[in-house]
Amino acid sequence: MDKSALLQHAVHASYFVAAVLFILGIKRMSSPVTARSGIQWAGIGMVVATIATFFHGSILNHPDVIANVVLMVLAIGISTLFAWVSGKKVAMTDMPQMVALYNGMGGGSAAAIGASALIGAATVGSATAPGHHALGTTQIALAVIGALIGSISFTGSLIAFAKLQGWMDKTFRFGGQQVVNGLFFLSAVGLGGALLFHLDTTIVIAFFAVSLLFGVLMTLPIGGADMPVVISLYNAFTGLAVAFEGYVQGNVALIIAGTVVGAAGTLLTRLMAKAMNRSISNVLFSNFGSGGGGSTEIAGSQKPIEAADAASLLYMAEKVIIVPGYGMAVAQAQHKIWELSQQLIKRDKEVKFAIHPVAGRMPGHMNVLLAEAGVPYDLIADMDDINPEFATCDVAIVIGANDVVNPVARTDKSSPIYGMPILDVINARQVIVIKRGKGAGFAGIENALFYADNCRMLYADGQEAANRLIAELKGIDSAGGH
Amino acid sequence: MISGEIALYLFMLAAFTGHEIISRVPVILHTPLMSGSNFVHGIVLVGAMIALGEATTTTQQVIGFIGVFLGAGNAVGGYVVTERMLEMFKSSKKEGAK
Repeated sequence: MDKSALLQHAVHASYFVAAVLFILGIKRMSSPVTARSGIQWAGIGMVVATIATFFHGSILNHPDVIANVVLMVLAIGISTLFAWVSGKKVAMTDMPQMVALYNGMGGGSAAAIGASALIGAATVGSATAPGHHALGTTQIALAVIGALIGSISFTGSLIAFAKLQGWMDKTFRFGGQQVVNGLFFLSAVGLGGALLFHLDTTIVIAFFAVSLLFGVLMTLPIGGADMPVVISLYNAFTGLAVAFEGYVQGNVALIIAGTVVGAAGTLLTRLMAKAMNRSISNVLFSNFGSGGGGSTEIAGSQKPIEAADAASLLYMAEKVIIVPGYGMAVAQAQHKIWELSQQLIKRDKEVKFAIHPVAGRMPGHMNVLLAEAGVPYDLIADMDDINPEFATCDVAIVIGANDVVNPVARTDKSSPIYGMPILDVINARQVIVIKRGKGAGFAGIENALFYADNCRMLYADGQEAANRLIAELKGIDSAGGH
Repeated sequence: MISGEIALYLFMLAAFTGHEIISRVPVILHTPLMSGSNFVHGIVLVGAMIALGEATTTTQQVIGFIGVFLGAGNAVGGYVVTERMLEMFKSSKKEGAK
């Protein structure tokens, strides 16, 4: 075997090693104890595969090797600088949009691979240079599918990023929107299909233009509370797009990593949708939350409470469950909430955090914020595990969560959120809701919990409320409580 | 180049693996799963590098450059934010927490 063939075997072997490291890494990430080493394993795989690629035959044996490698190093250098700096300095509360942004970049990259392959194949006949090898029909089909999915993920994620970053109006709707979107999708599929029969540069360009635009249109009407589903879905999309383009290139690393992420991402997306009791298509294509949804009027009134009284309730309690939601992220109250929890733990109270799967703007958003504040993960409980415990808990504190604790999801068949799994906060002996005003939640539905007899409203900003509760607790101590 | 049949096997096995390794997903793990898998598909960088390396026309070079730029952003950004998030996860028990 000569030297260059050996080198190529080494390159391909390194792709296989990378794929194995990715799988082992993701596996390790499925336990909080080993999670951190998991990402490091996957990181090593990425570095190995990237370095090996510089020695890939189709790069090395190309007449323009110098120019192309210079461009490569330049692109990697600039992008690394941008991604490293932005990733390091972003606040934990802004994580969802950064994950969306990086994910969209991956989708765009997969679409670019497809574009390069298709345009290269379209110019076969007029040129005979090495990059212009003809593609078989299967490869064209796979390149087209990957490019379509990747393009949608690219522009869709950018819109999601813009929305989460607050650059864009939350929702954007017009009459007949679904028809228009449907037409765009069909045109993209039609143009892609046409490429199977007639590979032409103009059609390739039109195909990409329509696909990219469709990603924008599809994401525009989707509101903030649906973002966990959307971000997770586009993550799965990018994975699949990478896998498809991997087939076009015959690259094992792309095929395996892309497919694993596609499968895992699809599972996570379904889990998110299930936690909202909605199908994925319902999230994408129905204008949830705009229909008014004001079903039954709720009898009674919201009963306010002062911080001093709330603090004495906490002082008497033995078991306290805290339910955070997106509002906690907005108020950046996670540190203060943990400080309050520590004060309670110091007084021998049992404190737990209950997290709904779709709380926040991305899967796992609340975990990140609580972890940032220093909350140990063993105090954080799943919905299914914690729900029976509300009945034995003295005080439940709801901060910035709304629809996910609304009991009408269990009781009112006419409610738009009927059937959505919720946290049974209402079963607690006493509920304290920290909230800035009296407004309804994302779904525009009145929350029956706020009107319940065992519920008191502490109207304040999250940080300020926690501060006052801490001060009052200390006040009770110095007044010689017990 | 991989034959279609082998590609199909790869696809099935990888899809099965993806499904298996995260069969039970407690809420606390949504974060690493979401962000970690976001990093893993950053491997697209490798594909984009090959696309750029094979480029013969200026158009292909431009597309390849964009592809590599975007792919590297996915890989590097995905790694940095995942590592930052996972770094913060800690248990209240010193040892023996499962």
